[in-house]
Amino acid sequence: MAMLKESQIMKIHYVTAIGALIVVAVHIMMRIIMPYSMSLEYGNVIANYHNIPYAILLESILVLIAIHGFNGLRVILLELRQSKAWEDGVTILTIVAMMAVVAYGTRTILVAQGLGFE
Amino acid sequence: MEKKRAREKKEKEYPKTSVVLKVFRANRISGQPPHYDSIEVPVQRWTTVLDALLQAKQYKDPSISIRYSCRMATCGSCGMKINGIPRLACYTKVSELEGSTITVEPLSNFPHIRDLVADFSQFFSHHKRVKPFIENSEADIADPGTLTEFVQRPEDLDKFLQFSYCIKCGLCYSACPTVATDTKFPGPQALSQAYRYFADNRDTGSKERLDNVDERHGIWRCHFAGSCSVVCPKGVDPALGIQLLRGHLLGFSSNEKKIAEKKERLKRD
Repeated sequence: MAMLKESQIMKIHYVTAIGALIVVAVHIMMRIIMPYSMSLEYGNVIANYHNIPYAILLESILVLIAIHGFNGLRVILLELRQSKAWEDGVTILTIVAMMAVVAYGTRTILVAQGLGFE
Repeated sequence: MEKKRAREKKEKEYPKTSVVLKVFRANRISGQPPHYDSIEVPVQRWTTVLDALLQAKQYKDPSISIRYSCRMATCGSCGMKINGIPRLACYTKVSELEGSTITVEPLSNFPHIRDLVADFSQFFSHHKRVKPFIENSEADIADPGTLTEFVQRPEDLDKFLQFSYCIKCGLCYSACPTVATDTKFPGPQALSQAYRYFADNRDTGSKERLDNVDERHGIWRCHFAGSCSVVCPKGVDPALGIQLLRGHLLGFSSNEKKIAEKKERLKRD
């Protein structure tokens, strides 16, 4: 069942954590250049999504946090029970959930950008 | 746990002439329910908890079950929880413990057999799984004529020496919070021994050893609580061994021979 060794998975886990720290820091800095309430105004939000580099930043936050978070959840759930069926079930479930979250988030970014999915 | 130990070390000695041993009693096989027996025993300044327990067994209640052997912190047989902390009974003086009542219980995270005796079979199976011996493909013991000396410099020895002091007493295994929830986790003892043989420059058989620890319930499940290193009676730092082995698996090791071996392993996988 295991396609990757646990050390390879944990490398991805740590790299996504470092990556997420960087992109979230940039995201927060972008939010505080104007008053917080202003940054949530409809026009500003849409303008952010139309800014391609910023949309890429949002997409990378989504991907990095989804990978890191769902792998973290997998690790926690693995400790609950020790059986092959449970381990495989938890691994498959977290991968599917991660892909669903990334797909839904990506769809939101694309829609806000005005690229299809009207 | 660390605070309690530090306080006991700081105050050093609590002179007393007698103590009450609160001994955990249970026998799963005969169905005896768990309970505590309080037994008062006279003590001297140098009396250890094991001495006190043997005194109680000899003169008060011969049915108390204890596992012990060397009485000098070498065999690792008399591990038990003393006042809630995993310690060797022969290496813990009554005078260094606070209060006049000493609670003795079997080690946590081990299946219980009777009174203060725990079952070590699972612990030793984890230990065996990491191949705790030196494997060397160049050594041919079948032909005594080809036997050679494997030279080891003091610097090479320093890399793993502290880990070779492990006496397999199980105190670190008992203190480990991961073992408490995950019985497949090898535990600090087995993982630090995996590092001990991995770091030994005479060993060339780390592939299988690393494969056995680099799995779902393996080395990555360590929470780095560090309680294993706090309770070790021999001054071994299993948490350090685990982190060093993790560093190697992540590619931070500077050991060229081992890096080459790892590349070959990944290529094969």
